[in-house]
Amino acid sequence: MNKYLLMMLLAITSMCLHSPAVNAESAKDNYRTYCMQCHGMTGLGMGVNIQDMSVQPRDHTDAKAMGTRTDVELFKVIKEGGLAISKSSLMPPWADTLTDQEIHDLVKHLRTLCNCEYSTK
Amino acid sequence: MNSSMAMKLFNILLFCTPIYVGLTLSISAHAGGIGLLKKYDCASCHALTGPAPATLAALWQRKGPDLFYAGNKYRQAWLETWLQQPKRIRPAGMFYMNHIKPGPKRNMVDTSTLTEHIQLNKKDAKAIAATLASMKTHTALIQAEKHDASISPGPLGEMLFDKIYGCMACHQIEPGFGGMSGTEVYTAGKRLTPEFMLSYIRNPQAWDPKIWMPNAHLPDNNKQKLVNYIIKLSKESNDE
Repeated sequence: MNKYLLMMLLAITSMCLHSPAVNAESAKDNYRTYCMQCHGMTGLGMGVNIQDMSVQPRDHTDAKAMGTRTDVELFKVIKEGGLAISKSSLMPPWADTLTDQEIHDLVKHLRTLCNCEYSTK
Repeated sequence: MNSSMAMKLFNILLFCTPIYVGLTLSISAHAGGIGLLKKYDCASCHALTGPAPATLAALWQRKGPDLFYAGNKYRQAWLETWLQQPKRIRPAGMFYMNHIKPGPKRNMVDTSTLTEHIQLNKKDAKAIAATLASMKTHTALIQAEKHDASISPGPLGEMLFDKIYGCMACHQIEPGFGGMSGTEVYTAGKRLTPEFMLSYIRNPQAWDPKIWMPNAHLPDNNKQKLVNYIIKLSKESNDE
């Protein structure tokens, strides 16, 4: 009986170890995977996808434009997509791809790219 | 044995023989297909067993689409044809970041980094397509979908794809028009089962947890319209 119990425990442990758990990733790696396709390899908004877009992606190095957005707005637009802040639907919602923590980290990453903070000026 | 019994036996044999021969051929083609997967070293670029990449590092290294659910995803007839005449489906390769370079107006696909898929003869393509069609690890996801071909996409189909959900940002709806980081969709209707398209649009992460296609949470009716629009595109396109 104990032998069977041990075998079952081993089987369950093995299944848990091999489950496809999704890991948290760094903002840099998430930006490379999900954002660069449109915002470009250096964040200038010149991604490989932009040729036929009716609205061009934001240049993340543009301190003036990025400075008009609060961190809350940046979080919202990444999580819920462009329409959530009355911008283009070409910016999709990433809520099912990224955790809230990963999105917060991405907002910080954007602030390093633009070298800016939210400003009312 | 009287003549009536002999006739019954004959009828049974007559009925069963094609089934037996068919089954034997199918099993033998399947076994041959497994051998061919090894012969052509398909596993060097494709995952033949799951799960899908659970980290970005693993995702970036993927060289070809995962095949452990090929039978849930692809139309067998398309597989058989495509393996004999392979043609690029992803304009920027499997992971676009491995195949782009800076350009004057935008990042460009660096075609020198892209490789061609091996071309198979008809017999091998048929055997491998049959084996791939039997690989169905995600049948539960497929069974959750019901395709309704009667829902016409109408003019709204293109509107949904281009404007409302912005799918064209990453996918091409005709050769040379649309995004580059996703698969071309003008051939998707011939390539993919409608149930796979419905399921993948419903929840891309259920199939591929780290994939760069977001979940746009489409209502069911719009999902049907979108899939029927994609099927319509394939009928209009001459590309396989």
